[in-house]
Amino acid sequence: MPSRDAAGGVAMKALRGIFSREIALLRMQILDAVLPLAFYLLVVLMFAFGTRANDPTLAGLAVSILWVGALLSALLPLPRLFASEFEDGTLEQWCLAGTPLVLIVALKLFAHWCLNGLPLAVMALPLAVMLGLESAGLGYLALGLMMGTAILTLLGGLSASLLVGIPRAGSVLPLLVLPLMVPVVIFGSGAVRAWQVGGDPAAPLYFLGSIFALAVTALPWACASALRNAYD
Amino acid sequence: MWTWFHRLASPPSFFRFADRLAPWLGWMGFVLLAVGWVWGLGFAPPDYQQGDAFRIIYVHVPAAALSLGLYTGMAIAGACALIWRMKLAEVVMLAMAPVGLVMTAITLLTGMLWGKPMWGAWWVWDARLTAELVLLFLFLGVIVLGDAIEDPRRSARAAAWIAVVGVVNVPIVKFSVDWWNSLHQGATILSFGKPAITLDMAIPLYVSLLAMALVAAHAVLRRAQVRLLQREARTQWVKALRAQEPEAQS
Repeated sequence: MPSRDAAGGVAMKALRGIFSREIALLRMQILDAVLPLAFYLLVVLMFAFGTRANDPTLAGLAVSILWVGALLSALLPLPRLFASEFEDGTLEQWCLAGTPLVLIVALKLFAHWCLNGLPLAVMALPLAVMLGLESAGLGYLALGLMMGTAILTLLGGLSASLLVGIPRAGSVLPLLVLPLMVPVVIFGSGAVRAWQVGGDPAAPLYFLGSIFALAVTALPWACASALRNAYD
Repeated sequence: MWTWFHRLASPPSFFRFADRLAPWLGWMGFVLLAVGWVWGLGFAPPDYQQGDAFRIIYVHVPAAALSLGLYTGMAIAGACALIWRMKLAEVVMLAMAPVGLVMTAITLLTGMLWGKPMWGAWWVWDARLTAELVLLFLFLGVIVLGDAIEDPRRSARAAAWIAVVGVVNVPIVKFSVDWWNSLHQGATILSFGKPAITLDMAIPLYVSLLAMALVAAHAVLRRAQVRLLQREARTQWVKALRAQEPEAQS
């Protein structure tokens, strides 16, 4: 039975290892990090071109556009989440490693969110200004999107680990993830809308927070178990 | 009792059990469905508010109840497949998915047909309607995942995960009309206390509900049988079965 300090040391070491690995991978493929952000900008651009020039309805739909755009962009890198680990055998080593698989998976998802979800949430702010959203509500948008992309990463992690090693993963994954994201979109955009009509944005954010808490406590375990399933 | 249960969980005895039970369920279901629908659509009194348009309830409500029931059943079977690695639970779970998908589609279609004369719109973005639509996608996800992976055991367990995670949607559908004050009418039959519907309207509804449940059970059993035969095609008991019925092969 290792002492608590030793367990914490293992966690820190695993975290550092996984983080530096993710960053190294990202530096080799810098486009992977930029493409979702460019895609996000394009989605918003398409909405703007789909309406008349300077259409005031665009500002009314801004929250919905920003949320849907962020979720779609965050979906892009998800099918490949565990693909390279599966192909080069790293995943099998993780399953056999002394460090619990749940911990590795949770850290991997956290690293993925830091390098993909968080930039999208930050990117939403200038886009929101472009769409004509009042800048005082931007904090609620960013906070909601940070939790929203985190939940998407967790749900997407489960779906990606169910689909690991399957060629069609890219087309199946959105079908599995998006229906489960419905309440997240409702409460996330609801927070900004509540602020816009002068209501209290705290209640929808608390709901979002409780969904996040549920996801973060249950899904890494599900994800780890689903990954083991790939080797049965 | 328990030994009977354990024996039932083995594929060959489940197959024989389903083979004996399914025709009965099917015939009883179809006869009762005819009774319920003729009674409900032809003889029940018209509604004081909705006139004859309410009669679609005899298709809509049983289908809706079964879409939720089948999803719950699928999630339970999925949990059994994940926890105890029961082969039969995997088969039954995957057999339930298409039946549930059809029930959900019927619910949505009849709901739209009912919505147009009553609400003046084919579709509204109301909590119950959207949650039922999400249910459709969850069934679709289970089916797609069940087919996506070559190894049948792996694909079944992957689908089971989606079934289990998606079960959070079931109470949302069920209680959406109580939680959100929506356009959709409140619960009519499965509410606590006195039912809010007169008996001569309710009895054909109960008959249709039972009938549709029997038809669905019949479909699930038959689908499970086909799946078992496909999966166990190389085992001894399937070979013995084929030897018994040479005319089926020609």
